[in-house]
Amino acid sequence: MDLFEYQGKQYFARYGIPVSPGDVADTVDEAVAVADRIGYPVVVKAQVQIGGRGKAGGIKLANNAEEVRQHAGNILGMDIRGHVVHRLWIEKASDIKEEYYASFTLDRSKKLHLGMLSAQGGVEIESVPDDKIAQIRVDPNIGLTEEMTREWVAAAGLPREAVEGAVDVLQKLYNAYVEGDASLVEINPLILRPDGGVHALDAKVSLDSAAAFRHEEWNEFVGLESRDEREREAEEKGLQYVGLDGSVGIIANGAGLAMSTVDIVNQVGGAPANFLDIGGGADADRMVDALTVINHDHNVKVIFINIFGGITRCDDVANGIVQAMQRVDLRSPLVVRLDGTNAKEGHAILDAHKSDKLIKQPDMLNAAKEAVSIAGGN
Amino acid sequence: MAIWLDKNSRVVVQGLTGSQGQFYGLRNRDYGTNVVAGVNPKKAGTDVEGIPVYATVADAVKEAGANVSFVIVPARFAADATLEAAAAGIPLVVTVTEHIPAQDQARLYNKLKDEYPNTRLLGPNCAGILSPGKANIGFTPTEVAKEGPVGVVSRSGTLAYQALYELTAQGIGQTTCVGIGGDPVPGTSFIDVLAAFESDPETEAIVMIGEIGGTAEEEAAEYIKDHVTKPVITYIAGVTAPPGKKMGHAGAIITKGKGTAKAKMDALTAAGASVAQNPTEIGGLVAKALGL
Repeated sequence: MDLFEYQGKQYFARYGIPVSPGDVADTVDEAVAVADRIGYPVVVKAQVQIGGRGKAGGIKLANNAEEVRQHAGNILGMDIRGHVVHRLWIEKASDIKEEYYASFTLDRSKKLHLGMLSAQGGVEIESVPDDKIAQIRVDPNIGLTEEMTREWVAAAGLPREAVEGAVDVLQKLYNAYVEGDASLVEINPLILRPDGGVHALDAKVSLDSAAAFRHEEWNEFVGLESRDEREREAEEKGLQYVGLDGSVGIIANGAGLAMSTVDIVNQVGGAPANFLDIGGGADADRMVDALTVINHDHNVKVIFINIFGGITRCDDVANGIVQAMQRVDLRSPLVVRLDGTNAKEGHAILDAHKSDKLIKQPDMLNAAKEAVSIAGGN
Repeated sequence: MAIWLDKNSRVVVQGLTGSQGQFYGLRNRDYGTNVVAGVNPKKAGTDVEGIPVYATVADAVKEAGANVSFVIVPARFAADATLEAAAAGIPLVVTVTEHIPAQDQARLYNKLKDEYPNTRLLGPNCAGILSPGKANIGFTPTEVAKEGPVGVVSRSGTLAYQALYELTAQGIGQTTCVGIGGDPVPGTSFIDVLAAFESDPETEAIVMIGEIGGTAEEEAAEYIKDHVTKPVITYIAGVTAPPGKKMGHAGAIITKGKGTAKAKMDALTAAGASVAQNPTEIGGLVAKALGL
């Protein structure tokens, strides 16, 4: 789950990381009210989950209510590379002496946490040369000690006046990353103010949804996501779904097979409408949910169900398909391929219900070809 | 010869008294796996279809001689259950549980590495391990497998089943099929499994199935180039996956341009491995490599 900047700042504040005072606004009047309350000058910032907001005109400095009104009016409703701005974050403008970069994420190769710190912040980190980024690997069972943090800050070459503030923020950032079950925390820029204070001017946070069970406070982050309507519906139904823009709906069991199904449909000249992993235990209710989500996608002309039974038994899947066809008014025909555990029983069930809306194909490649031919190629 | 799991393996199921644990534990036993114990502190002294249930893994080791653990418990208990098995001295722990938080996985991996170096973890979020004709732990459907000369290793469960099916359809059997799981911090890497297959005299060719996310396949390619003499046939899923989207598995995500299928396929091709363009090609490529 990716947070908006304002949510990321609320999250940072919970872990004691200093951020600028500010508040959200969904209308021009709200923006002015927030600005009046926190005092001028303020920065008006578009809340969208995409980089390059500043360049697109989504971040503006305002010295008075009139300017807030003007900028808020321009930014609300703005389309920033496909992301429409519905919400603003209004915060007190900061005096900036220097800009740094700091982040924590998992190093999947070394299986340790990876901290990155650079004295060259405020730009895309990809554009900063490797030798200007100080990296630190942290064993999760040891943690980030103050001594390690000091060495790290020294390695990054931060000036003496920023050291104490940076050490404090970095230790809190590590804590926010671990205790908060984030998969990424990033501050860019982390600023040094003329008064010597160090604080987070931006916040990029991705949370590990597998840890939601121990974070009731995450409930406040739900909503207002710039999400695909189909993805939202699928998530409500507990399905692993990624929206794509083609005409072949896809249901498969297992993430690997679902990815592979998307690939093979592309390979034989079709365009997948989605990735959908129905997961283990694909019973009738789950199949109904999956077919309902895909049925709502009006680009879909055919639905390719690709099941290899392991954790999911093929007879259960076949029963699920048959029942789902009775419960969902499908607009598109189904092309079904079943193999694996109880495949024979599954095929017998499907055979008893064969129609022009329910087509069986014995293997994955031919099933993909049949589905793509029904969809009419691209 | 199979790797890691065979007729001598004595399996304890942590989670045998749950519905999934019972279904797969009994299914594995029906295949011939020596399932000797279950664990549930609240149900110690009872049995599941004749399999005795103990309070702890340590008891299952002492009383039933368990030497492999199959962990099939809810996500919030799975890391602790895996550690319990390691602490009881179990050398192979197969954790199939999905959705263990990544922070817990990182702690678990490093704790096993530092404190229990003799324990191998398969998973989490893996399909299990099958040595056809000998034993099976986890979800792999045995109907599509048969004994033979090919070692299979995969992040994805269903793609491993697909590969077994393609091989068996060509009349080619398997030594062992190892699931390493689709999570960001797997206990066992491709390299570990490649090394085991390379030194297994009965394995004549290796099928390796990867997917987008991370760099495990690129690291495996380096290893193949320098250390593997047997033919390696690979398939990588997610060629057309959009960047920044988690494709079902927690570990299957392209971040900042890294972890693409193309980079993995290029690295494997450069290392001398064959790369199938889709799973249905795997059987044919293996047959060719074996000169069949």
